[in-house]
Amino acid sequence: MLNSLIGIIASSGGAAATANSYESIATVSVSTATSTVTFSSIPSTYTHLQVRYIARSARTTDVGATMLTRFNSDTGNNYAYHILYGDGATPAAYNGSTTSVMRSFSVASSSSSNTQIYGVGVIDILDYANTNKYKTLRHLGGYDRNGSGELNLASGLWQSTTAISTITFTLNEATANYETNSKFALYGIKGA
Amino acid sequence: MAAGSTYTPLATQTLSSSAASVTFSSISGAYTDLVLICSTKDTRVNSGADDFQLQFNNDTASNYSMTYMQGDGSTATSSRNSNATVIAGIEPGFNDTYGTIIYNIQNYSNTTTYKTTLIRYNVVNAIVRATVGLWRNTAAITSVKVIGESGIASGSTFTLYGIAAA
Repeated sequence: MLNSLIGIIASSGGAAATANSYESIATVSVSTATSTVTFSSIPSTYTHLQVRYIARSARTTDVGATMLTRFNSDTGNNYAYHILYGDGATPAAYNGSTTSVMRSFSVASSSSSNTQIYGVGVIDILDYANTNKYKTLRHLGGYDRNGSGELNLASGLWQSTTAISTITFTLNEATANYETNSKFALYGIKGA
Repeated sequence: MAAGSTYTPLATQTLSSSAASVTFSSISGAYTDLVLICSTKDTRVNSGADDFQLQFNNDTASNYSMTYMQGDGSTATSSRNSNATVIAGIEPGFNDTYGTIIYNIQNYSNTTTYKTTLIRYNVVNAIVRATVGLWRNTAAITSVKVIGESGIASGSTFTLYGIAAA
């Protein structure tokens, strides 16, 4: 169990997990622009999950796209989220409750002159297979475009005790896709 | 779904005396992400935390930029640097306290995208901050250099990990 917790902490403030406790489960590499990235049939054999990604959206306005996360394809109003956000000038905070999705601001848009800039992020989902708890996530993500950029630290809540077996990432902007070369990697962290 | 153990320690450096910088070189391209975990402080005493800086592949040109947000216990702020020669604004510990810095260097070996790094660190009893830094270069990252503006103190530790996606 200690190794599992340490593995989660490693992305933002602690020591590292041993190699044996942190496993690659699956990767989605976007070869053709797509509106949805999904990890399904996630086994319940780990204690925690971590998603690491680079992503760029096709949003045409010159700001980052909002990433939306759902578990188990649940579209009910069973989610909540809080966001701490910085854009290089003014920090801000946002929240939503009784919502149908968890939000975070972190995906670089493609409208800038340079399409080689991607947003990046690390999402930790703790005790995802526990059937006695509601599920929570933590998401640190952002992008910088040499003169503009956004950074967000988000928490999310899914009010369900069901084990998470599917994770879906979409974008808030209806016409935006995850662009080519976006890449999402799912990892499982074992407990002792 | 494929599965495989990863989060592999690649190298560790522990400073037995103060140094101007710490460099990891000849980094294998066999992984997807790099994570650099540092317990470190600068060499200043009674003058506040100094600036730690990041460079890749010995590139000293103005190809870096960053955006950050922080809280100091009373005020939240956000700022940025552009066209810089380093990813700057990363403060370690100082005086008797070692601070924690975690660098997440995503997709460091792909040759298609510019490289973006997420950085989380704390100056104990002073600030908590998150930074996103950009290196405008599509080259695979083969070396990572952490520079202490006024030096990195003895006892600082730096461990580099590789994470491979399925």
